[in-house]
Amino acid sequence: MEMKTIPDSVMRSSKSKETVEIIAQIIFTVCALFAILAVMAITAYMMIGGTPALLKVGIKEILFGTVWKPTAAEPQYGILYVILTSIVGTALAILIGVPIGILSAVFLAEVAPKRLAMIVKPAVELLAGIPSVIYGLLGIYLLNPLMYKLELFVFRNSTEHQYTGGANLLSAVLVLAIMILPTVINISETSIRAVPVHIKSASLALGATHIQTIFKAILPAARSGVVTAVVLGIGRAIGEAMAISLVSGSSVNLPLPFNSVRFLTTAIVSEMGYAQGTHRQVLFTIGLVLFVFIMIINITLNKILKKGGAEHE
Amino acid sequence: MNKSGSILQKRSRPVDMLLRSLIYFAAFLSVALLLGIIGYVFYKGIGSVSWTFLTTVTSALKQTTGIAGNIVNTLYIILITLLIATPLGVGAAIYLNEYARPGRLVSAIEFTTETLSGIPSVIFGLFGLIFFGNTLKLGYSLLRGALTLSIMVLPLITRNTQEALRTVPDSYRNGALGMGATKWYMIRTILLPSAMPGIVTGIILAVGRIVGESAALLFTAGSGYLLPKLAGKGLGEGIAALGNKALESGGTLTVELYLQMQNGRYDTAFGIGCVLIIIVLAINLLMKVLAAKLQPERQR
Repeated sequence: MEMKTIPDSVMRSSKSKETVEIIAQIIFTVCALFAILAVMAITAYMMIGGTPALLKVGIKEILFGTVWKPTAAEPQYGILYVILTSIVGTALAILIGVPIGILSAVFLAEVAPKRLAMIVKPAVELLAGIPSVIYGLLGIYLLNPLMYKLELFVFRNSTEHQYTGGANLLSAVLVLAIMILPTVINISETSIRAVPVHIKSASLALGATHIQTIFKAILPAARSGVVTAVVLGIGRAIGEAMAISLVSGSSVNLPLPFNSVRFLTTAIVSEMGYAQGTHRQVLFTIGLVLFVFIMIINITLNKILKKGGAEHE
Repeated sequence: MNKSGSILQKRSRPVDMLLRSLIYFAAFLSVALLLGIIGYVFYKGIGSVSWTFLTTVTSALKQTTGIAGNIVNTLYIILITLLIATPLGVGAAIYLNEYARPGRLVSAIEFTTETLSGIPSVIFGLFGLIFFGNTLKLGYSLLRGALTLSIMVLPLITRNTQEALRTVPDSYRNGALGMGATKWYMIRTILLPSAMPGIVTGIILAVGRIVGESAALLFTAGSGYLLPKLAGKGLGEGIAALGNKALESGGTLTVELYLQMQNGRYDTAFGIGCVLIIIVLAINLLMKVLAAKLQPERQR
């Protein structure tokens, strides 16, 4: 035995050692409380930032107004179309991304040969790590010209369509759908793999084919995980800003596929740089609306996870 | 005998075929998208990447385009963010796993940690803008960006450390305590070294998140692209200059990519994209190596 261990032995529990213990515990507790503090501060500051405009301009005028002219001589700050765009855009992205994601997860967990899965899985993980601006770069460089061609084709007989050059809702939705793929795939795959093997065996033993088993037995059993994946996907899509800020166009419009649109996130990003006074405060109100959406999603997620945990027990 | 219903005869079901081909199609699409994205960015960007591109600063006078300043800014933000977030996150994980008893407080901490990881970066940007900007009177600076990102990556570090602490067998704890070690001594000498892989994983994930971040930094750290002015200075002044750099505005690689793309300079944008993808690939590889190295150790 070395002499070094003696100061820490039970034989010599001193006052100073107790003090160190108490200090350590206090420090760790403070660290843990930091998350609560941060969420409370963010909530408080979003409120402080977002409410003045609501009071000044009027709740109805902002939330249900459809005209966005923040820099006009008589400015109007209606963000109804912005809110609708975020809802419609997210919904469409989920509609496209989730089926592809779940099917890919099924492929990885059930269908693919082990070797192939070992190549595909890291590829999907990589997809999650790519910075969102790169998706935006490809969106603006590749997708927008394609969309413009499609737009020219669809509206070739129309005289009143305002051409967007391809920067429209549809482009943004496609970018978002790709961006939520990794989230949906990873979480669905984990939950599919977690389905007890006896469920699969029972279904196969009853004579169901592998595909029937997947869709009638395994996926229903993995339900809570798949729902979690979808909710997280919604969160990711509604909060994404940089990837779609240039891809989605730059004017506030009804969320129709070939309209140039503003999302909650892109409205903030594209105008924060120069906004002054009330305009700036309204941008914070948009942030507050986004924050409310996110909190609803988070609380839903928490409920699902708790329920899922209870089911497993 | 009704042969069509027998299990001895395999009957192909058209629905099965359809669903199976859909599954293959979806998986193919996901992988093709990934390879397409990485391949295309490389193809378009590798031409812009050169030694000058990486080591100089964009200058109209010398007619060079370079991202050295942005690389330095990125490193600054990574360093400061980790210096703040790592102790906080590890500390929180230790509290949750070693001190806390299940109850209201723990579920509140876990809920808020979960919430923090779900908040989009634009919101962090706005928060950083008003809290660190208006309340703490910090201007557009690397420090303000790093402070904002510290909150953002905190959950990553907390959660990974917590996972790692959970895998440390209770016998380690009991053994140490039974031999008379105090709790803090046990944490310092037994738990933290055993949990190191998890902590490192959290740190690497955090670096990945910081490198990819743009929205939160645009409002907080700004878009400066100059190098710290070190030339012709003594050691003391040099260190001071390095310190002052943290209080200056600076755009990371992703922010610069966004600005270049906004101005339609796609060559530079793809060049930066190429560098970013190399960094992301390196981080992924590092994680894989780390995971492979640690796996056998854990089984022991």
